[in-house]
Amino acid sequence: MTLLAVEDLTVDLPAADRAVRLVDGATFRLRAGESLGVVGESGSGKTMTALALMGLQPPLARVGGSIRFEGRELVGLDEDAMRRIRGDRIAMIFQEPMTALNPLVRVGAQVAEPLVLHRGMSRRAAGAEAARLLAHVRLADPERAARAYPFELSGGERQRAMIAMAIGCSPRLVIADEPTTALDVTVQARILALLDGLRAESGMALILVSHDLAVVAGHCDRVAVMYGGLILESGPTDVVLRRSRNPYTRALLEARPEPGAPRGARLKTIPGSPPHHRDVGPGCPFAGRCALTLDVCRSARPPAIAFAAGHVSRCFRAAELEDAA
Amino acid sequence: MALFLLQRLAVLAATLVVASLVVFAVMEILPGDAAETMLGPTATPEAVAALSHKLGLDLPLSVRYARWIAGLARGDLGVSAAYGSAIAPLIGASLLVSLPLAAMAMALAAAIALAAGVYAADRRGRAGDAAVMGLTQIGLAVPNFWLAILMVIVFAVTLRLVPAGGFPGWGDPARAVAALILPAIALGVAQAAILTRVTRSALLEALNEDYMRTARAKGLSRRAALWRHALPNALVPVLTIMGLQFANLIAGAIVVENVFVLPGLGRLMLQSISNRDTLVVEDGVMLIAVLVIGLNFLVDVACAAIDPRLRQRAA
Repeated sequence: MTLLAVEDLTVDLPAADRAVRLVDGATFRLRAGESLGVVGESGSGKTMTALALMGLQPPLARVGGSIRFEGRELVGLDEDAMRRIRGDRIAMIFQEPMTALNPLVRVGAQVAEPLVLHRGMSRRAAGAEAARLLAHVRLADPERAARAYPFELSGGERQRAMIAMAIGCSPRLVIADEPTTALDVTVQARILALLDGLRAESGMALILVSHDLAVVAGHCDRVAVMYGGLILESGPTDVVLRRSRNPYTRALLEARPEPGAPRGARLKTIPGSPPHHRDVGPGCPFAGRCALTLDVCRSARPPAIAFAAGHVSRCFRAAELEDAA
Repeated sequence: MALFLLQRLAVLAATLVVASLVVFAVMEILPGDAAETMLGPTATPEAVAALSHKLGLDLPLSVRYARWIAGLARGDLGVSAAYGSAIAPLIGASLLVSLPLAAMAMALAAAIALAAGVYAADRRGRAGDAAVMGLTQIGLAVPNFWLAILMVIVFAVTLRLVPAGGFPGWGDPARAVAALILPAIALGVAQAAILTRVTRSALLEALNEDYMRTARAKGLSRRAALWRHALPNALVPVLTIMGLQFANLIAGAIVVENVFVLPGLGRLMLQSISNRDTLVVEDGVMLIAVLVIGLNFLVDVACAAIDPRLRQRAA
């Protein structure tokens, strides 16, 4: 069953002279219980895509296209109806658990807040439920964590509390925006394992936004690679990773450190730097850094070309790129 | 919290000792004394010396400081050289005017600042915000004595709504409050302007924090998130400024008290300084210091009650 169908999503931010397109024609689907990784460098539009799904884009930004969630169109939905979906049907986990929690409010009360809001629970009942949720995300001492203020917890504990807050109302979709970027590598692995476990037991779908291809590869059924506001390639994770049909994805894969590589060996890099969204021309945003650029790449947006198993690549030369990775 | 309170109390006591030394030293350095001023320029040196002896002005510094502090501790503020009466009731009567006046001005400023500050922050960069900011500029630029005179002309002389000046005493509370309304407005407007700007900028800072996005993602409306999550975080700087303002209102109301002929602490201080009534000035200034330091203590405690990180840092 399709839980979320995003069709040609655009986010425009009005600037001094003209609108700047931050997300350009994002299209993807998510079934219940499925996980989608959205990968991209900073400024690629991945966070803006996530915020648009929540209806939390910046006040002046305009969202176009279609977001159908549980059969309901979210683009243009009035704020009151959107507010009832947020935190209840769709929840979000943010990058920095230190700053994403209110420093003045006890963790338990913050975890309880969505329950009071969406379930109409009394503060006392929600507080008890919050302690249960904190135990559920395997915080060592949930009673203590509930009474603690955010600054009294470690980074990993705070992120677990964030997750407890997100899953309180049993959302059907959880969007995690770089949930482990601010954490140590070992803590990172445990948080990701926790998210996997919660998804398996509750059947919620997960969108994992990350700049780290390895994180996404290990934890997502499907992956979407974003660059300059465009989803350049998407499809089942193993297909995209093994048989990528997009030069940008391939460049990213080649830039990964390889186990067993000789000590001191230099990592491959992509020459140049990503374009600022103001400088994205009419063509492919990657054209300036791509080794395979044709004249047409600079003058027209590459079309989305579909391959087997829901594999889609936006590249004029996608058909030529076969099994080369 | 107990450790925090203990620490703050120790700081409070130390500050009071330093303040008393400064107050005493400054009054010693001032030229002229009560005996000379009371007897006038034609007095013989012998007469001045005799009066000085009678007033205890010829005793050594350390003895007079010790006597003064011991007196203060007992609640005995001494006798005014100029009025020849006990100082405690003198200052007490002036406080009955100054404290309610400061409280009214502060309440007015806080009410305006909270409403206008939240309104402006919520509409950042829009017309409403610009209008509020413009009004605060005017509020800051208008001198309080000018505003006081203007209000006397409009509300007391022309419209006859409130008295133009004087203070009837608290025997009739309604009339007493009426006499303080215009002075409170004259004093409060500038404080309201300052506090509005502080509230707005503290709120804007809080609104930009990540936890506000979390609050929205939970399903709180923009307004609910502002009141529940942003405002408490903006309160610490606002309270700190309010503490300073209240102290300022008690000690700095001299000009407005003169315009409205109010027998407040400011006027008493001014008169006592020109009379070289050293002991009254020392007691008055010391009292103001106690109020200011006590108020700052209360503000510190209130801030720590709001922000758990402040309690932690102190411990």
